[in-house]
Amino acid sequence: MASNKVYIDVIAEFTTDGRLIPKSFTWEGEGTFEIQKVTDVRRAASLKAGGAGMRYTCIVEGRKCHLYYEDNNMWFMEVENS
Amino acid sequence: MGDRTVLHSDCNCFYASVELLHHPELRGKPIAVGGDPEKRHGIVLTADYTAKKYGVKTGMTLWEARQLCQDITFLPPRMDLYLRFSKMAQEIYADYTDLREPFGCDESWLDVTASATLKGDGARIAKEIKSRIKSELGITVSIGVSYNKIFAKLGSDYKKPDAITTMYKDEYRDKVWKLPVSELLYVGKSTNRKLAKMGIKTIGELALMDTELLEAGLGKMGLILWSFANGYDDSPVRKENTHAEIKSIGNSTTTPKDLQTDEDVKIVIYALSESVAARLRENAFKCRVVEISIRDNELYSFTRQRKIESATNITEEIAEEAYRLFKENYIWGKPIRSLGVRGADLVTDRYFEQIDMFQSYEKREKQEKMDMAVDDIRRRFGFYSIQRGLMYKDRELSEINAKEEHVVHPVAYF
Repeated sequence: MASNKVYIDVIAEFTTDGRLIPKSFTWEGEGTFEIQKVTDVRRAASLKAGGAGMRYTCIVEGRKCHLYYEDNNMWFMEVENS
Repeated sequence: MGDRTVLHSDCNCFYASVELLHHPELRGKPIAVGGDPEKRHGIVLTADYTAKKYGVKTGMTLWEARQLCQDITFLPPRMDLYLRFSKMAQEIYADYTDLREPFGCDESWLDVTASATLKGDGARIAKEIKSRIKSELGITVSIGVSYNKIFAKLGSDYKKPDAITTMYKDEYRDKVWKLPVSELLYVGKSTNRKLAKMGIKTIGELALMDTELLEAGLGKMGLILWSFANGYDDSPVRKENTHAEIKSIGNSTTTPKDLQTDEDVKIVIYALSESVAARLRENAFKCRVVEISIRDNELYSFTRQRKIESATNITEEIAEEAYRLFKENYIWGKPIRSLGVRGADLVTDRYFEQIDMFQSYEKREKQEKMDMAVDDIRRRFGFYSIQRGLMYKDRELSEINAKEEHVVHPVAYF
């Protein structure tokens, strides 16, 4: 069974007040996507992908998606189709 | 002073739950975290609820578990991952109180008395913590709510998983007192047997027992247990970080061949002690109790421990004490299958104590320096780059690099 968890490359920004904000991410084979806006940041678990970390609710191409920053310093996303 | 509000939060099947979170494909299937499935001598550290239904329990060997449950999946432990989750849980608790006392890496007492005006009563705070752990960490907890630590712990065991049980003053007679006395903290196998001889089976029966009889039968501990049973426990929830999260550091091994002589045992004890002492030093601890465990080839096992004169993390001192314990307690009859050495009653290595008049301070300092040098050489050039002469007497037995191969060793091992 394919995993629902995909680790991705992320470009992020550290703000002067110490926050970490993802700016864009690269999905292998699909290209790079710009994050237009981060609407929510909270710690959350993803049962679907299997993992927990800081969850960034992002708007990408007008659609909402979740980006997780695990405390092993890696970013992952849930895959929609399993 | 009014009543305190004490919570005891217990992560259900902690290691297994964290693994299941990371293995969506295994959810609903029997799994156990433990050992190295490739090796013959792994044991189950934690089983999930599905596996528990088949009778799989913590401490079983992997093959025993397999016999009970054909379809079980064994996962090797990832201690660093569990400790990360443990820390994240502590961060959530920290939003409610600074009075947090961890008990192992999956349990914690929280005194939330002072948060009542801000966050609501104990049950309400418990509910909030439970739902936050579930959504933020993806695992479940059981929480007991009471006015003392003992009843709070009984509450978290009362209903599992993902549950809250209150043990308030008007409730404990109906809930706590009906429980078997073995559920009470510090009632182990042998105390349970003694209590059974006195006709005590439930916590209620213990609570109503004559204290003089208890003291005669169990000594001072009888009185302590009696006050626990009555909820007269006013021990405070300790403030965060004043107390080591790890209660003991130990290593044990099933040897490549059964041990037949004192010398065989000595080699293995030294190999294990090297690891235990090095891990104590690495974590900046000293131990005040040395414990050994022995299992013979018919799988009869026992442990012996002794308090030592001064707290130590010197390899030589731990090994000598362990070997002395062995000599005093083992009469060669059967060959030995497995051995363990453990340092317990830990203090930080900056612990001050009275220097013993009959102990050579200079010698200890030299030994400490030597251990540090050995640690350093091993760190730079590998474990086998420097060895004790003793280890060359039997290369097969001394091939235990206990430190790197057996780092995972939870508190409730034996």
